[in-house]
Amino acid sequence: MQFFSGSSLTSVAPEATPAPAAPPGTATGANAQVLYVFNRNGVCLLYREWHRPLRTLDATQDQKLMFGLLYSLRSFTAKIDPTTAEKGNLGVPLLPGQGCSFYSFKTNTYKLNFMESPSGIKLILITHPRTGDQRDSLKHIYNLYVEYVVKNPLYAPGAPIKCELFNKHLDQMLWNVCVDT
Amino acid sequence: MNMALAAIYSLFIINKSGGLIYYKDYGSAGRMDTNDSLRLASLWHSMHAISQQLSPTHGCTGIDLLQAHNFDLHCFQSLTGTKFFVVCETGAPNMEILLKVIYELYTDFVLKNPFYEMEMPIRCELFDLNLSQVIQKDRVALLGR
Repeated sequence: MQFFSGSSLTSVAPEATPAPAAPPGTATGANAQVLYVFNRNGVCLLYREWHRPLRTLDATQDQKLMFGLLYSLRSFTAKIDPTTAEKGNLGVPLLPGQGCSFYSFKTNTYKLNFMESPSGIKLILITHPRTGDQRDSLKHIYNLYVEYVVKNPLYAPGAPIKCELFNKHLDQMLWNVCVDT
Repeated sequence: MNMALAAIYSLFIINKSGGLIYYKDYGSAGRMDTNDSLRLASLWHSMHAISQQLSPTHGCTGIDLLQAHNFDLHCFQSLTGTKFFVVCETGAPNMEILLKVIYELYTDFVLKNPFYEMEMPIRCELFDLNLSQVIQKDRVALLGR
């Protein structure tokens, strides 16, 4: 099922307007609300939103804030980890995979699912708070990223993602994310 | 009160400005000194606030649950802004109930204590005593399984 025509949909560079929302009545089936992809330097490679009634900040600020929050949360979880005795100091930059990392946090209005690849690519998926564990979905999204973005010879690493096939498969995949009651 | 709760690793209580007013470690390998616990408490306070700004819908009250690979962190914020959070094992059940019980103990033995100064570190014997009874009951329940 295709909701957007392939040629008119471009993924978002940080300063451009967000991707058009799905037509009314179709977005509610897909539980995924917002997706961010960052590289290890904090550049937002992709920002997609399917359902976001509230935007507190403009796009650039929002992305910077998100990256900053994740960076701090990783330092926090590495330091507060109760199963390891020897931990570095708070604020020391952590390599991907170093120290205990979190995979999700939940508030009363949303759930943030997080995955960091060994190369430092961070995937953030925001969903309904009662969604189940999304670690497999995030792995799947990462596989899509590898297939359609990294292997795309026209894609320059570190640049915003503008790959139609990636967007198409992403929409198809996230249509199936459901709320667990 | 009959509770079958899992053991927790540590408990933090933060005042409404983000300062740590109570920290107790219940036997984790990652026990921290005072300075580190103070820093982590302030960091949590800030991140709790930032998470509200990133919400896609209205009415967000901050992080309730943080799931990491080695532990879970449950947080409860009272109406006055005091935050209680526990670090526990992954998948530990009933932590929200435990936090509410701890909040009740806080109101009974800390807030009703006429010598306690608001927003200052908690040094109330009865609070410590009752808290260790509640947490001890957890450990007994865990060992009994």
